[in-house]
Amino acid sequence: METSKATVAGLLDELGITAGRVAVEVNERVVKRADYPAFGLKEGDHVEVVNFVGGG
Amino acid sequence: MDDRLAIKGIEFKSRLWVGTGKYKDFEETAKALEASGSDVVTVAVRRVNIIDRKSENLLDYIDPKKYKILPNTAGCYTVEDALRYARLAREAGVSDLIKLEVIGDEKTLFPDVIGLLKATEILAREGFIVLPYTNDDPIIARRLVDAGAAAVMPLGAPIGSGLGIRNPYNIKIILETIKGVPIIVDAGVGTASDAAIAMELGCDAVLINTGIAGAKDPIAMAEAMKYAVIAGRLAYRAGRIPKKLYATASSPLEGMLL
Repeated sequence: METSKATVAGLLDELGITAGRVAVEVNERVVKRADYPAFGLKEGDHVEVVNFVGGG
Repeated sequence: MDDRLAIKGIEFKSRLWVGTGKYKDFEETAKALEASGSDVVTVAVRRVNIIDRKSENLLDYIDPKKYKILPNTAGCYTVEDALRYARLAREAGVSDLIKLEVIGDEKTLFPDVIGLLKATEILAREGFIVLPYTNDDPIIARRLVDAGAAAVMPLGAPIGSGLGIRNPYNIKIILETIKGVPIIVDAGVGTASDAAIAMELGCDAVLINTGIAGAKDPIAMAEAMKYAVIAGRLAYRAGRIPKKLYATASSPLEGMLL
């Protein structure tokens, strides 16, 4: 997707996702929650956002 | 008499652990959880659907302050995947607990114990509290503990199969030979008696998902499982009578009218 946001925190905000409920990977590396505001994103970055769902 | 279950300093009030998958909706999940009396729930780690954003989240219904969240690595067939999901789970959650699954086969969902051992060793080194979902092989159980597992979770039967404790003899051997970590039956429990049997063998806890969620009345079944686990544990600690081939009368012969 395209985003005008330059950081992970910005991206989550744009998507309306609560940072406290998810985990984020950028280019297959987990980003620490404390780093969301500072972690920069550039073109071509592969971002994954996961959360907890029902499971056994 | 204190009979608390504890893993790496984390105390658990209940010996019944409950999965959160396969329920009709979040409300049913929460009600079943409440009825079960459990304070531990497993959850899966999955992509947030950014296109179809449901307004509700599982954690809206399950308070992480009240319940210990035990994320799993369900759906992982390789060590790499399991590590990836575990690391994400730790970042998304509130503890180092991980129910580690490295699955070997789609039909049986049996664990790939070789991959499981590798992943256990790596995650334990990274400070995770690793609870591996394994089979009923006492040798693998031993190796998992040596690799740093904080508990061993042998399956009773395939996930969701409802077949109960297929090999109580192996589970008993695991209980006799593995000391120092809890043995928690995970998978296969179909009804209350299965859970009681697991606890009577001496297991420290039982994890149940499908057995409750798939029941006709999940909330009633959750309550049944609660009592089954309590009863089984009490019976185990009470010390059962031995099994005998022949009868021993319960009433005295003395005073009989002859």
